[in-house]
Amino acid sequence: MERKVRVLVAKPGLDGHDRGAKVVASALRDAGMEVIYTGLHQTPEMIVEAAVQEDVDVVGLSILSGAHMTLLPRVVQLLREKGVDDVLVVGGGIIPEADAEELASAGIARIFGPGCPTSEIASYIKDWFETSERAGV
Amino acid sequence: MSDCEKIREAGAKWRERLRPSATERDALFETISGEPVRDLYTPCDVEGLDYERDLGFPGQFPFTRGIRNNMYRGRLWTMRQFSGFGTAMDTNKRYHFLLDRGQTGLSVAFHMPTIMGYDSDHPRSLGEVGRCGVAIDSLEDMEVLFDRIPLDRVSTSMTINAPASILLAFYICVAEKQGVSSDKISGTIQNDILKEYIAQKTWIFPPEPSMRIITDIMGFCVDHVPRWNTISISGYHIREAGSTAAQELAFTLADGFAYVEAGIKAGLDVDRFAPRLSFFFNAHLDFFEETAKYRAARRIWAREMKEKYKAKKPESWLLRFHTQTAGCSLTAQQPENNIVRTAYEALSAVLGGTQSLHTNSMDETLALPSEKAAQIALRTQQIIACESGVANTIDPLAGSYFVEALTERLEKEAYDYFDKIESMGGVVKAIDRGFFQKEIADAAYEYQKKIEQKKAIVVGVNEYVIEDEEIEIPILKIDPEVERIQVGRVRALREKRDNGLVKTRLEALKKAAAGPDNLMPLILEAARAYATLGEIIQVLKEVFGEYKERPIF
Repeated sequence: MERKVRVLVAKPGLDGHDRGAKVVASALRDAGMEVIYTGLHQTPEMIVEAAVQEDVDVVGLSILSGAHMTLLPRVVQLLREKGVDDVLVVGGGIIPEADAEELASAGIARIFGPGCPTSEIASYIKDWFETSERAGV
Repeated sequence: MSDCEKIREAGAKWRERLRPSATERDALFETISGEPVRDLYTPCDVEGLDYERDLGFPGQFPFTRGIRNNMYRGRLWTMRQFSGFGTAMDTNKRYHFLLDRGQTGLSVAFHMPTIMGYDSDHPRSLGEVGRCGVAIDSLEDMEVLFDRIPLDRVSTSMTINAPASILLAFYICVAEKQGVSSDKISGTIQNDILKEYIAQKTWIFPPEPSMRIITDIMGFCVDHVPRWNTISISGYHIREAGSTAAQELAFTLADGFAYVEAGIKAGLDVDRFAPRLSFFFNAHLDFFEETAKYRAARRIWAREMKEKYKAKKPESWLLRFHTQTAGCSLTAQQPENNIVRTAYEALSAVLGGTQSLHTNSMDETLALPSEKAAQIALRTQQIIACESGVANTIDPLAGSYFVEALTERLEKEAYDYFDKIESMGGVVKAIDRGFFQKEIADAAYEYQKKIEQKKAIVVGVNEYVIEDEEIEIPILKIDPEVERIQVGRVRALREKRDNGLVKTRLEALKKAAAGPDNLMPLILEAARAYATLGEIIQVLKEVFGEYKERPIF
């Protein structure tokens, strides 16, 4: 039997908008994934520590404070520093298109903006997982 | 045979004749909160309604029809656009722009570090400075924010909670410098910590010391800032977090009663502080349900304040409220459509008798508002006020069988929730158990599922979609220089002020925090010495500790 995809849903930054993070967490759980939710106001360091400790396949970052250009690339950078380079990092929140493009080059594979169906997020993750190195782990 | 029996009989006949031809669209006939809506409402749906007892006249108990005798025929609602970004210099410029365009009150949006009690040069502020609101670290920034704005004539609302006492202190100091004494200023601090634990989630201290700071503020303002609204009890964020209309109504009023109880317990006279409590509701898309919500809120508050809390002054019975249109109803797709959504939402608030109103800008799912978008949002209110004709008469939806039935239904649902909350031991205990948080998260997920199953239609998102749409509206960019400038400002301030004085006043505050005295005078003294927000919060954290939430989804 295939193992379940493990996802960390995390809230970097100082904002308290957790509606999106929680909806996505519930939807991914209902799509058959194992979901860990960090709670609010996490630093990149806290998120990376949780990702390593929980040995997740995917890190989903939800941010609506406007600090995404600083905090999201920092999460990827810290993961790399820990030698983690096979984890999918995606994001969501109030993030303009132009910023999303820049974030892609910083290693955030995809930004799911407002209005994006949760089914799209789930199938993106499943597709990635099937072909990833982690699938056999 | 009573009138209602006759109507029922005639209605049954109408339905018989209707049946063969009347097929209905394949749609969910329910409010956005998931409440079923029937095809027709008649006098039988409001059979128990007693005009004088349940509605009365505007300005008279139970205030269902409005809190003023003449409502908008006397004075229009205050047009108060929530605004703030970048440095105090940037936002001061925007305030002058909005006032020039006919806005009648100010509303400050602070950036996340201010809201969470960090100075701009704190490591946790990295990347956040000026992004989500204006960066205010000290009295010095506040002086710039209100430069050339006469605080004896303009009222200001500040969306600030855990550090509300400090921002109020900064504001009082700015007024003093303008030669305006604290009894002449008017405005609002949100200062509603309970809804932070419930929904908005920007807390600092645990509930008990937080409630103590709030009663300190209430006590201080009664004597020194009598025209200040000391709490804006907020349903807005509860709704934005995904609640239904009934939950927004019930949880907000329950918070309100908790503050009243805290004030009474702290030894304050209910008739001295209750008139300065105000409310803040969301205006979501479901037009009639929203108007009914405001009407129900007024009726419940008046009744409970009079009968349960024994307030004697009619001012204590009044539920005065600000409204903001629903940010969560806006779409990133075809953002121009948001102008239309906002207009309907604003109209429901006006028909519900709001005292002040913020209309969202079309671009808010993408970034903070551009000047153009902010102007259209303000113009939307001005068109409702001056062109639509709705401000000519008071509470024009009263007597609608549907609206009155909705008002009664929402009222009943609110009382059901009050019973539930009480059985859990009150609001704070219910927060500890994660009750509100779970109710809201469940409602949010239910609604999301309806959208994904296309049971709820969102134009431009799951229907009438434009593939590969290009966004054609301007997007406000915050200059990355803002952070560097602001960090420089707060560091320079620490160099030039009297640091000995700052230290003495912070120590005095810390000592008082451990005892029973009112903290406001000490916070004011610290503010006058240019202690920063982060420094004041830090000494309070050392005494009060910090709140931690158990994350659930």
